[in-house]
Amino acid sequence: MTALTLREVSRVHGQGETAVEALRGVDLAVSAGELVAVMGPSGSGKSTLLNLAGGLDAPTAGHVHVDGTALDSLSRRELAKLRRRSIGYVFQDFNLIPSLTAAENVALPLELDGASVRRARHAARSALDGVGIGDLAERFPDAMSGGQQQRVAIARAVVGDRRLILADEPTGALDTQTGETVLKLLRARCDAGAAGVLVTHDARHAGWADRVIFLRDGRVVDASGPLASVDTLLSEAP
Amino acid sequence: MSIKHGLLALLERGPAYGYQLRSSFEESTGATWPLNIGQVYTTLTRLERDHLVRALPENDQGQRPYTITDAGRAALAVWFSTPVSSTDRPRDELAIKLALALTTPGVNVPDVVQTQRVATIRALQEYTQLKMRANQDDTAWLLILDSMIFRAEAEVRWLDHCEASLVRKAAAASTHSTPVEDGDRVIEPHKVSRR
Repeated sequence: MTALTLREVSRVHGQGETAVEALRGVDLAVSAGELVAVMGPSGSGKSTLLNLAGGLDAPTAGHVHVDGTALDSLSRRELAKLRRRSIGYVFQDFNLIPSLTAAENVALPLELDGASVRRARHAARSALDGVGIGDLAERFPDAMSGGQQQRVAIARAVVGDRRLILADEPTGALDTQTGETVLKLLRARCDAGAAGVLVTHDARHAGWADRVIFLRDGRVVDASGPLASVDTLLSEAP
Repeated sequence: MSIKHGLLALLERGPAYGYQLRSSFEESTGATWPLNIGQVYTTLTRLERDHLVRALPENDQGQRPYTITDAGRAALAVWFSTPVSSTDRPRDELAIKLALALTTPGVNVPDVVQTQRVATIRALQEYTQLKMRANQDDTAWLLILDSMIFRAEAEVRWLDHCEASLVRKAAAASTHSTPVEDGDRVIEPHKVSRR
């Protein structure tokens, strides 16, 4: 099933002579279980693409569908609800709330969505278990390493039953080994059925994706993947 | 790296005959470097001529095992203690190709860069997939995969660098150019220094 579809999506900032075309006629479909990496130099439209996919910004032309729902068909309120329920974000700087514990941070989107505190905390616990830091549930972000904080952020992105994970340079602030752990977690969530979009300029991290698309000046200029099976790879090895 | 030293290293584990050496070789390099049996036998013949290995009597199945000699052990120790020099590796065809692309009329250099980037990223995806599926206790194989991953990554970074340099050069050469990417900053054309 297609979790995210961008059809002929363009985004222009400003008007007239000063207009900047951040994205031009981009088509993209991401299926459940698939991790797609988006690469390109800064200014190529990577973050714009992610903001449009997450409904944080609206295209000036074209349509974005999440889980089969056209985002432009929703009211503000419905859109906010879909964002809370269906989409998880992971950012470079984690964006955890310092005055809340790990478990409270993860439970927050569910509580905002009207879930009972009890149910939200329970879901948060199991999401933290899922990323291997269930024992740190009562810690505050300040008392955690960067890698642990990013795990909390990933748990927050997937808590409840969210099927689309949007990650913007999620390893940017981490050392290579910790960064790899974060990628492994994202990969595992996608293998478990989520759809993932990963914006990165790090080729080694793009290596974890099923497909890599390349943006230049707001256009998709190239793509790599999907990959052949491992058996074919081994038999074709040079 | 030579097949010669690879075989010596394998024989250091104990005597073996040609087919065994071939399969152990492929096992320890994770099949990234398949050998044909002919290469194994020519190399063994050369090693024997140089007194680095010694042939043992044929066994009942007509297989002739080889054993490493003291001279062979010494050669192996020297190999392990000597760093690999870049001149021992094949010349970098990609660097040569890009250098020629720049000076050959009618070649679209950014296209050459992008074609290579897609191919290298694809290789990176494949190595990463192999790494995910690998037995996590097989340290030797995991390190070989990491080596290929890091090399591919370095190549992509170099390609990014080439592209950025070309864009900057083009911007500096033209007065009517659009803003230029420079890492995370956007440089207005009039601010680009001209040399």
